[in-house]
Amino acid sequence: MIKLIIQAIRQTLVWTLITGVVYPIAITALAQTAFKQQANGSLVERDGKLVGSELLAQQFQGPTYFWPRPSAATYGTGASGLNASSGSNLGPTSAQLQTNVRTNAKALRDAHKLAADAPVPADLVYASASGLDPHISPESARFQVARVAAARAVPEDQVRALVERFVEPPQWGFLGEARVNVLLLNLALDAEGAKKS
Amino acid sequence: MTFNEILQITLFFGIGIALTPVLGRFMARVFNGERTFLHPLLLPVERLVYRLTGVDPAEEMSSVRYLWSVAVMTTVGFASLMAILMTQKWLPLNTQGLDNLSWHLAFNTAWSFTCNADWQSYSGEAVMTYLSQTLGLSVHQFISGASGLAVLVAVGRALARASVKSIGNFWVDLTRCTLYIVVPLSVLWAIPLVWQGVPQTWKAYPTASLVEPYTTQVQKVDDKGNPVTTSVQKVDDKGKPVVGADGKTVMVDQPVMVDQRVETQPLPVGPVASFESCKQLFTNGGGWYGVNSAHPYENPTPLADFLEMLAIIVVPMAQVYMFGLLIGNRRHAWTLFAVMLGLYVLSFAVAWHYEAQPNPVVDNIMPNMEGKETRFGVMNSVLWGISCTAIDNGSVNSMHDSWMPLAGMMPMWNILIGEMLFGGIGCGVYCMLFHVLITVFIAGLMIGRTPEYLGKKLGAWEATWAVIGVLVPNAACLIPTAISVVLPAGVASMNNAGPHGLSEVLYAFGEAANNNGSAFAGLNANVPWYDVTLGIAIIIGRFAPIAAALAIVGRLASKKTVEASAGTLPVHGWTFGLTLAGVIIVVAALTFFPALCLGPLLEHGLMQAGRAF
Repeated sequence: MIKLIIQAIRQTLVWTLITGVVYPIAITALAQTAFKQQANGSLVERDGKLVGSELLAQQFQGPTYFWPRPSAATYGTGASGLNASSGSNLGPTSAQLQTNVRTNAKALRDAHKLAADAPVPADLVYASASGLDPHISPESARFQVARVAAARAVPEDQVRALVERFVEPPQWGFLGEARVNVLLLNLALDAEGAKKS
Repeated sequence: MTFNEILQITLFFGIGIALTPVLGRFMARVFNGERTFLHPLLLPVERLVYRLTGVDPAEEMSSVRYLWSVAVMTTVGFASLMAILMTQKWLPLNTQGLDNLSWHLAFNTAWSFTCNADWQSYSGEAVMTYLSQTLGLSVHQFISGASGLAVLVAVGRALARASVKSIGNFWVDLTRCTLYIVVPLSVLWAIPLVWQGVPQTWKAYPTASLVEPYTTQVQKVDDKGNPVTTSVQKVDDKGKPVVGADGKTVMVDQPVMVDQRVETQPLPVGPVASFESCKQLFTNGGGWYGVNSAHPYENPTPLADFLEMLAIIVVPMAQVYMFGLLIGNRRHAWTLFAVMLGLYVLSFAVAWHYEAQPNPVVDNIMPNMEGKETRFGVMNSVLWGISCTAIDNGSVNSMHDSWMPLAGMMPMWNILIGEMLFGGIGCGVYCMLFHVLITVFIAGLMIGRTPEYLGKKLGAWEATWAVIGVLVPNAACLIPTAISVVLPAGVASMNNAGPHGLSEVLYAFGEAANNNGSAFAGLNANVPWYDVTLGIAIIIGRFAPIAAALAIVGRLASKKTVEASAGTLPVHGWTFGLTLAGVIIVVAALTFFPALCLGPLLEHGLMQAGRAF
């Protein structure tokens, strides 16, 4: 038995060295050489300042910006001591879910000056799985065009054209869903505004 | 159901099936010690490992010795991992200044990762240091996957042998599996994942300045970090103060809220890609992040999603073919393959159908995107959820807790039938073997012949152990579930009321007892009661089937092989396949139907009536 335990300890040490030290260091070397931008977290800078990652959503709630999907994790900011990433984990018969969805739908209708029974895009009322979903559906982006254009006092067509430029089709034409990256769209919106003024 | 969706599903299963014979043949060659294209590079390393660990590769073990080796290896791994997790604060690579884990979380996590379950009661990016993730958890994702496959190889080898007492050498099987199969495939998968956006760096989390900073209300905390509350008068729905039986007004605690300015966002990077590939390929499923592969850093694009899903199925599919080669009966292996694939696709079809239905509780707003990511949509979320539970992987790219009741029942069903629709690395096939033996037994009884499997006569010993292999994990699921729903400590952790609360607990113990690791994640399982009971369920679920499988084949290896005769029931073809599928469904339904009735089935009916809890 003692012999067996010593054997197991020697095995654990050898495999820790190979799979826990050599392997991740080798992958890091390859990754940092071939895909530096992605390996460091797909960081986005504006005027030399780090403003986020193109893969992680951040909160936008002012009328001049496109809004991301609801987050059950305060967009990973750690506010209120919540988890850095989380879905709501509310089941289909949860009263809390019902309240959240109705509150979100009402807020959307009010902000966009719509009737109390007007349809709203599903991804803007349901919280994402990670709380950090960087995308919204193209329908959700188009839904917000009129509000953003009015708040920025620019022609709707101009904002709509920008949105269409940011619609990513399914990858390779068939994988996944069409989507719009909210952070990149908002940064482009700011850049376009700065250019004009 | 669009053309794109059908195309993705077809490609997914098509590539998996096409790779099965290629990878299966390669794996069989590795375990037989035959030369492969990797040998010029890796044979010196293999020899070095034997020298460093003092293993004699020619030595053979009995099935009892083999079992002990697996058990001791796992236990040593558990002890070393628990030590790392409970001291990580003082160890290197603690870039975020994280604390040590509590004893119960460390206990649960250490068993969970060394037993290939990878259940997580924590959010990795907020709790684990880089050292704990790579030198701790990731190492056991390699070893536990390789150990499972080693056991299957021993099972296959023993079935092919006759009149011997030995079934191979665990250390040799473990070494070959890790070196030639686990490490190369992990490298192959990690690089494209980085290309798609999975981070791979050792730097600390960069801090981004938000484009639009905002103010939010948070609960005030005192100097020690405890939430501050104030006592206020309780009021009823109409705003009137509530008066107690003694005539005094009733006071309640209310949190004190303060404004907090939010201007920054930490970007939780890390050496994720190297961790991710092994996690997906060898049925581990324990994610770097709390939300696993739903996190945009862990699964950034639809292509990454497709590759990660493919990683879930390739090795488990190939292991069935490898098993066929080891026992010298490929037709039997293809029959098992067809039964597994059939039940897998069926469970996907049911789940996808119900997930695409409207939910009256939330005013029928469609599609049901609660707990799903935009880039994946409904179909890819359901396909992943079914794949990670048919196969004992347990990673998620959507929150199963928020699925429609009957859609959410299907991952649970795949787990409860024993996770053998390709199943875990190794354990998928030996858990299927128990059902094969039960099927052969039942069929033999029906026509009055002595049951035979692969030329070996089956007796009471084999039948008993097959039933133990099936029923012990089931008991380890149902008994603690029943206790949890009557204990205050068990009920307090539920995130949802009504039948959904029961589903959360049933799912948790089901996955633990079958070593899956996925969750109805609303259940707050990081409390001593759940950490400990789930940890124990994981141990039982890991070792009961391994012990049963080795007990069976240890006995079979020593028996003589009899030639097949006209009276032998073939273990391939339609008749056998359908009977086997029937046995699987009947055994699981008899065991779990009452619990499923009180959980998802009841919830489905109440949801149709618009009831919310």
